[in-house]
Order: sequence, then structure tokens, then C-alpha cells
Amino acid sequence: MPAISRDEVAHLARLARLAVTEDELDLFAGQLDVILGAVARVGEVAADDIPPTSHAVPLSNVFRPDELRPGLNQEQALAGAPAVEEGRFRVPRILDEEPLAGSGISGEEA
Amino acid sequence: MTLANSPTLVDYDEVVERFDPMLGLEVHVELNTRTKMFCGCPTAFGAEPNTQVCPTCLGLPGSLPVVNRVAVESAMRIGLALNCSIAPWGRFARKNYFYPDMPKNFQTSQYDEPIAVNGWLDVALDDGEIVRVEIERAHMEEDTGKSLHVGGQTGRIHGADYSLLDYNRAGVPLIEIVTKMIPGTGARAPEVARAYVTTLRELVKALGVSDVRMDQGSMRCDVNLSLSPRDSGTLGTRTETKNVNSLRSVERAVRFEMTRQAGVLDAGDPIVQETRHFEEQSGTTRAGRRKETSEDYRYFPEPDLVPIAPPVEWVEELRGTLPEPPRERRKRIQADWSLSDEELRDLVNADALDLVAATVAAGAPSQEARSWWVSYLSQQANSQGVTLDELAITPEQLARVIELVAGGELNNKLARQVVDGVLAGEGSPDDVVAGRGLAVVSDDGPLIAAVDEALAAQPEVADKIRSGKIAAAGAIVGAVMKATRGQADAQRVRELVLQRCSG
Amino acid sequence: MTDLTRLTAAELAAGIHSREVSAVEVAQAHLDRIAEVDGDAGRGVHAFLHVAADAALASAALVDEAIGAGSAPASPLAGVPLALKDVFTTIDMPTTAGSKILEGWRPPYDATVTARLRAAGITILGKTNMDEFAMGSSTEHSAYGVTRNPWDGTRVPGGSGGGSASALAAFEAPLSVGTDTGGSIRQPAAFTGTVGVKPTYGGVSRYGLIACASSLDQGGPCARTVLDAALLHEVLAGYDPLDSTSIDAAVPAVVEAARAGASGDLAGLKVGVVRELGGEGYQPGVRASFDAALQLLEKLGAEIVEVSCPHFEYGLAAYYLILPSEVSSNLARFDAMRYGLRVQVADTGSAEEVMAATREAGFGAEVKRRIMLGTYALSSGYYDAYYGQAQKVRTLISRDFAAAFERADVLVSPTAPTTAFPIGDKVDDPLAMYLNDLATIPTNLAGTAAMSVPSGLARDQHGGVELPVGLQIMAPALGEAVMYRVGAAFEAVRDAEQDGPLIRRVREWS
Ligand SMILES: [Zn+2]
Repeated sequence: MPAISRDEVAHLARLARLAVTEDELDLFAGQLDVILGAVARVGEVAADDIPPTSHAVPLSNVFRPDELRPGLNQEQALAGAPAVEEGRFRVPRILDEEPLAGSGISGEEA
Repeated sequence: MTLANSPTLVDYDEVVERFDPMLGLEVHVELNTRTKMFCGCPTAFGAEPNTQVCPTCLGLPGSLPVVNRVAVESAMRIGLALNCSIAPWGRFARKNYFYPDMPKNFQTSQYDEPIAVNGWLDVALDDGEIVRVEIERAHMEEDTGKSLHVGGQTGRIHGADYSLLDYNRAGVPLIEIVTKMIPGTGARAPEVARAYVTTLRELVKALGVSDVRMDQGSMRCDVNLSLSPRDSGTLGTRTETKNVNSLRSVERAVRFEMTRQAGVLDAGDPIVQETRHFEEQSGTTRAGRRKETSEDYRYFPEPDLVPIAPPVEWVEELRGTLPEPPRERRKRIQADWSLSDEELRDLVNADALDLVAATVAAGAPSQEARSWWVSYLSQQANSQGVTLDELAITPEQLARVIELVAGGELNNKLARQVVDGVLAGEGSPDDVVAGRGLAVVSDDGPLIAAVDEALAAQPEVADKIRSGKIAAAGAIVGAVMKATRGQADAQRVRELVLQRCSG
Repeated sequence: MTDLTRLTAAELAAGIHSREVSAVEVAQAHLDRIAEVDGDAGRGVHAFLHVAADAALASAALVDEAIGAGSAPASPLAGVPLALKDVFTTIDMPTTAGSKILEGWRPPYDATVTARLRAAGITILGKTNMDEFAMGSSTEHSAYGVTRNPWDGTRVPGGSGGGSASALAAFEAPLSVGTDTGGSIRQPAAFTGTVGVKPTYGGVSRYGLIACASSLDQGGPCARTVLDAALLHEVLAGYDPLDSTSIDAAVPAVVEAARAGASGDLAGLKVGVVRELGGEGYQPGVRASFDAALQLLEKLGAEIVEVSCPHFEYGLAAYYLILPSEVSSNLARFDAMRYGLRVQVADTGSAEEVMAATREAGFGAEVKRRIMLGTYALSSGYYDAYYGQAQKVRTLISRDFAAAFERADVLVSPTAPTTAFPIGDKVDDPLAMYLNDLATIPTNLAGTAAMSVPSGLARDQHGGVELPVGLQIMAPALGEAVMYRVGAAFEAVRDAEQDGPLIRRVREWS
């Protein structure tokens, strides 16, 4: 397995939205490298014919009827919010455009 | 900035002479289930912000999703109606990315293991040519919240000071329907795109699983398009244009991208594989903001949901609930109503087919129903700036108006006034008739009085009628009609005149 | 009257239901004890992050009122106090999951576990300390300071549920609830000389349990006796339509099994010793205690067989890929937009900048480390080699368990390779810390059940006082009944042979 570089750690931190410090970059690069070295051994045993397990219970087809269930009112919904305006969560300006295909009319007239 | 952002557009005829377009369409349909995809919150459009939310769709710590059975059934019905195979086993996955309108910062989606795959939809073009559009997959996912951008250029994300978020829409079930790339459409690519979305919309509407309101976002379209030099056999780089939110825009977006891409290629530049946004006003597309970090969605199976493995019996039961396919339905309707190809096309283009069918189902003859929707009501919709089905009159109400005309209680002029009254919110047709006093005077009491009065005013004419000169009755009928300001049924007045003179 | 805090939950329930003592008195005695020993992070056990004295007394008063009016108790544990791990949402108490990022957050809803406790008339005393988002084996990764081990205040109580375990060992509560993702109930139980049970995955609802790793997390009972754990198990467990992974089946009759086991007969039962759990890397005192436990089990009539689970040695590696992967996704929601901490970034900070700054400031080092590890393991290009392979190991471990349970009714091992280690000993060496979970992880990967029961005391290389050792008993999925039976039988014979319950030998906190 390739050793993990400082740049790679910086890239991971960006993907994970962590504004890590320069010191942390060094620290994490070293630690992740050691940990990845240790966990890479999962590759030693698992052959192609072994099916992966994603769930610990052998369940399927668990559904809910299409019935209304009481949720939160606006006050409850917003109670924990750092900032609120006009019944909505107020968040800082968003730089990136909507990344989701098809999410369509996300930006509305204010 | 590269030329790609300000291209010289190439004349459309020239584009299709020198290039082959490759078209692909991704359509998102918001289901009209009572509740959301993974929680029991309502899905109704237009509620007060953040009033249709719960711990699950707000992504609160500790909350968990549970799949809505009806959403799964709707997805399977859409898949079956598109002639897809239903996957015998599949899991939801998490699509990880950060965005403020995503409460969990991942979208739960069947992206990897869609419930329906490998189908097709036959689409009729204006001249009757049929194009078979291959469907790659239809899968379930959840919608995002909505953001309102405040400050700066009004409503635009760029330059806004801050944003306000409403999560009522977060978690509403979405079905994404993806076509395979559609080759060989040539000059007709824009028309094929429009016809496909139109037909898909009709199909989904007939299934009753979505409101398919493009203006409200319950149906949304992304257009994938690439060009390759004519007969080169190569594949061009494609762009994905989002925000294409009307049938007309679908056609315009395809057309614009063709002329734009040809311009870029002619300038010797490469097409950038990117997401573009359709601008309704100008009919153009613009590039999205370039990301610093390449997206990596880190999909993995959603551990909080178990696999969906629909038994064959369930699938077959759903297959039994499918409506007639749109093309066959149109054929049948054309035969039933004795329509010419042109009349049918007018009906479809006016988006009136379903409304007329519903009016007919409510008891009206197809001829009258068609005439009302395509002419008078289309004009009203136009002048109000709304779609036909947004007019405040139901097919049942229109059928009642038509019935009143047929029964002689209204003439055409009064019928239009009744319809105006219904549209103005004055109640049912009968309410309007009563409220405005519009009925053709059919209560014989006042009518008889008016006839007697007219006969008394013109005794010599009365005598003529009594002596058998029936033609003279016209003068009395005219006088009565004048006295009742046209509200009387002339036929009935004539009958009464003859009756009063025969006794 | 005897010190109420020294009684078992079963004894307290009997007293309350027969009106010998009121639930309010019982609650007050425990609140007094908490006030006496819990202190804060600098001094004291620091098992609690939040004590809900008024709510506890009010809840206890309702139980007394109902019993006084002649009503049957809401459950066999009505009126008994309990400490709840701060990872379950509570509508009337803050819920932090041990993280700065959730400081002061008041959930607008109760977890299903919380709701079940309330419905059972159990008095919730407060919320207990834990490693941040349940990541850690010592509670040193709590943003609110370490919890101390009542056996030796310089030692960790284990983790992540160190608060729930120490609350029991310090007699601050007779019952507590924990969560077990890789051993977070069992390892602290072993370190504190208490009983901790990780139920079958899907046995206890996860709704309202702030997720660490969704496919591994499981809430479960903690107590000082096996019977108390069983009584609480039957309150917590059961189908929940709000959790898609909840098992829609009858809850195993664990109380009955615990009572039956206490009679001390395991004749005809096969106990499998997992060859791969217990050799190198296990502290000598731990091994000695385990060997002694095997002798006691034999004495009870059980047949000891050796089983091999060859893939268990890959469990740790698989776990430290699956867990961080799920963590990286589960913890993405903590982004400063809707709840929790928001760190401002100048005047013009964008949402993206505020998210990154908040997550940087709000998460501790271990959480950040695992988020990045998981982000890496799920990245395109690495997924197959890491996450994909780890899921295959998971399959192999399940197969190992299935084969072993063909040969034995339950499997046993030491719960942890060592006794409680000194505070600060491993905090800078993540890999050494991870090794603590060697024996507990396979159960989480397979979704099966396991428990830790005190087996004795041992002194480690640091010297000092003797510290508790735990015996891990593992059972197949939904095999809790046989597990409790063995646990209760072992507890009974060990108490008889070793001069009463081990917990009596915990020193008085000062
Ligand atoms: Zn909801």
C-alpha cells in the first residue's frame, strides 16, 4: 500500500471539511500511515469469492406505511439553530453551487 | 477565462450538417406520496418553512430512516411502465458531500443498485415518427431542502450575503429516470428531447404517482449532450445542463448546447466536461463554478436501511395496476373521439388531453369538452398566465356547464359567463347560475306572464296566431326575448306562445 | 436501613414495590452519592456529564404515587435509578455524545431507549461521560474530561462507556445503559468489575442513539449483577418500527435464564474457548483469571472445548476500516448549519469555511483522525482495497462464529487483554489503544451477542492495587438466554468461591 502523503491528508481534510492546522497535517500524516499499514492486512485473506457483508442482520424489505407521523413544529425545529430568520435556518453565504444533479430550483428569489 | 465561456454560436443548420449530437436525459420526478421517503412528514408543496420536518428529515443526531412502502411501489410502477426489469435485490447507498441544503450531508440514493433497469419508452414526434428511447435505470432517492439567497444580486447564490434554509422539501421521495445515450437524432435532437419529456410526463401522470409540475419542481430535467464530427464514429465530451424546468426549455437547452459546443469545437478548443445551468430568460446555458477539489462522493451501502428484495408476486401485482401506455391511449382516444391527427396533436400540445378525458369521464360529449378546453379555457389560461390544469375549474364542473347547455338551461353566451364565475371563485356552476341569476328563464311562471303581456300588447298579432297563422308567433317571441334580456329559451317561449293562443 | 446505594436493582425494586422504601428515597440516596463522589473532571469519579436531580425525583415520586394508589408497577424496575450514556437523546436533558460540537444541545425528541426507560418507570439520574462519539477505549477522548476508575483513580475506566461503568462501580447508580460498537460496554465492565451486555444487533433500537458506526452500534444494559442486567435488558430490548434494522421477534427470556443460571448447573453445556483470543498480548494476570474461570465453568458441569476462529485476527483491521468509514459519513451532519456549535469566520466567512472551522474546533483529535481514515478508505480508488475487503473479512468472521457455534453453545475469552491502564498511558498511541478491542470486536462485526462478567482481580506491570478482570461470554444472534444463563451461573459460583461479589472489594472513593 502506498504511504500516505501530507498532501493526501490535506486533500482528505478538505473532503471532510476539517480546517486542520499545519501541525495536525504532520501528526495525522504519520498516524494515518501507521494505521493504514496495520489495517491493510484485510487484503491478505478476503478472496474474490467471499461476498461482502454490509449489514449485521439478515433482514430485507423493511417498510413503513405511507402514513403521517407527527413531527416537529417550526419552533422545535429551529430551537437548536445557531441563527434563525423568517422561520428558516440562517447560514453563511454559500460559495459552491448546488452539486446535486436534478435538484433544480434550489435558489429562489429572496 | 477560456473561449468555452463566451463561444461563437454556430448556425443550427450548419451544426447538424457537420456534427452528430448524442443526447441523454435525466429526469427527476417528485412522488406525490402522503409522506416523505424515509419519515412520516407530509410532502405538500407551499407550507410555512420548516413545518413539515422531524428529527429524521432534519438529520438530527440519532435519527434513522425507514423506507416508505408506497414510494417503493411508485418507483416499481414507473419502472414497469418504462418496460424495465425490477431488480430482485438492491441496497440504498450514501452519496457523501457537504451542502447546506442536505441535512445529513449525504444523500440516501439507490445510485449503485437501482430498483429498475433496462427499459424503453416509445416517443412520437410531431410528424408521427416514433423514436424508441432506451431507459438505463430508474432509482429512488431523496430531495434536498430549499435555500433562499439574501442580499447581493437578488435571489442569486453569487454575491449573496447569507442564505436561509427550509427543509420541508428535504426527504421528499424522488425517482431519477435516466436514459441511455440516444444516438442518431440529428437535427431532431431538440424535438426528441422535448417529446421524450412530454411523453414521460404523461406516463407518470397517468400512473398517478406525481403531480409532474415542472414549474413547481416536481418534475425536473437535466440534459446531457455531446457532439461528434458527422460520421466520425467517435464520442464527444458531454456537458450536463441543469435547471431545465419546462418542456419548451428542454428543447431550447438542447438546441443551444448544440450551437455552443459546435462553436467551441470550431475554435479548436476542447469541450469541458462540466455541469452547466440553463438560463430561462436568455435561453442559453452557462458554466457552473469550477470546484477547487474534485468531487468524490464516497458511495457505500446505507447501513441504516436493509436491502429491498421485491418478491415476484409483488412486482406482478403492481404490473397489473399499470395504466394504458400513453401512445396506445392516444390511439384509442383518437379513435373513440374520431379525431384527425391534427386535432389530436392540438390537444396534446395544448396539454389538454387529460383534462378533456376527465371531462368526458364526467359525462360530457368529447366534442364539447375538447372545444371548451382548447379554445375558451386555453385563452383564459393564457390571459391569466397559468397552465390549463391550474385554472380554477375542474373537469367535473365543466361537464356540468356542458350539461346545462345541453338541457337548454344555458345558452353558449351564458355558459361562458358561468365558466367565468367558476374561474372567479364564485362556486360551482349551479352556484354561479343562481348567484348571477344567469339561468335561461325556464321557470314557466314568469315566462308565461311575459308572453301574456306581449300578447296583450299586440292583440292583432295574437288574433292572427289564434286563427292559425303560426308564423306570426315570431313577433311575440321577439318581444318576450327583448323583455327578458335574452335570458329566456327562445324555443320554450315559442312553445308557450302557441300554447297560450290555442286555449 | 442499609445503604441504599449498595443494593442491587432487583433488591431496590423489591423494596420499592413492597413500599419498604420509596422510590424518592432511593433516588435521593443516589443523588447524594453522586454529589459526594462524582465531583468534576479534576477530582472525583466524573461519571456524569449532567445530573437531572429534579426530574429524577419527580419521576420517582410518580412511581411512589402509583404504587401508593395500588397500581401494579410499570415494570419490574419501576422506581430504580439509572445512569444513561450521553449518546441517547433526551428531550429534557442536554445530549452531547461527549463532544464539544454538541455542547448544550437539547434534542427535541427522546431516543426509543429513553422512552422505554421512562415507560418502565425507571428513574433517569442523568447522562454519563463517554469518549467523544463513542470513539475510544478510555473516556480520555471525552471533550469534558476523563472519568476515573473507582478501583484506582489514576486508572481509566475503559471506554467508550466509562461513565456508565464507573457510575456502577462507584455506587452512583445500580443500573446504567451503554452502547457497544467494538466493546464500549464490555471493556469498561471488565475494567470496573461490573456486568456489561452487548445484545444481538437489532435487539435494542438505535433510534435516538447518536451514531458512531451504524452497522456496529448496539445499546445494552450495564449493572453490577447478571440478574440486574437481565432485568434491564428486557426493558431496553424489543422491536422498534423507527429502526429499520430492528429485529421483529420476541425478546429472549433473559431474566428467566439468569434466574435459572444462578442455581449453578451447566451440565451438558459446551463452552468453547477461542484459541485466537487469549494468547500473546494478554496480560499474565488476565490469562490467569481466565484460566481460573474455565475451571469454575467446568466445576459447574460445562464441557470445555477448544474452537478456532482463524479470521478473528483480521477483525481489528476490518473494524478500523468499517468504523471510520461509517463515522466519516455519520458525523458529516455536524456542520454548524442547523444545531450545535458554530464557529464564526471573520465577517465574510462562507458556509464552507464556517463548516470546516467548526468541525476543526468542535471535534477532538481521535474523531478527526477517524473521519480522515474513513474518508480515505471510502475514496474512489481505495474502496475495494479497504472498505470492500473489510466487508469480506466481516463475512469470514461471521462464518468463523457459525462454525464455532456448531461445536459450542457459548464461546469465552478474556474481555480485554489487560486490566485498566493508567490515565495518559495510551492516549498518544492510537494503535496501542485500538488493541484493547481485540477480543470484543468480532462480536460487533458479526452482529452476535456477548457479555462481560467479572472473573477476578489481577495486578499489572505498573503494580499498585489489584484491578478487575472480565470474562467475555459470546453467544449466537438472539442467543442471549444461554449467555445470561452461563453468566449467572459463573457469577454465582465465583461469588461463592471468592468471598462474595467482586464489587464489594472496590475501595471507598476519596
Ligand atoms: Zn421528517
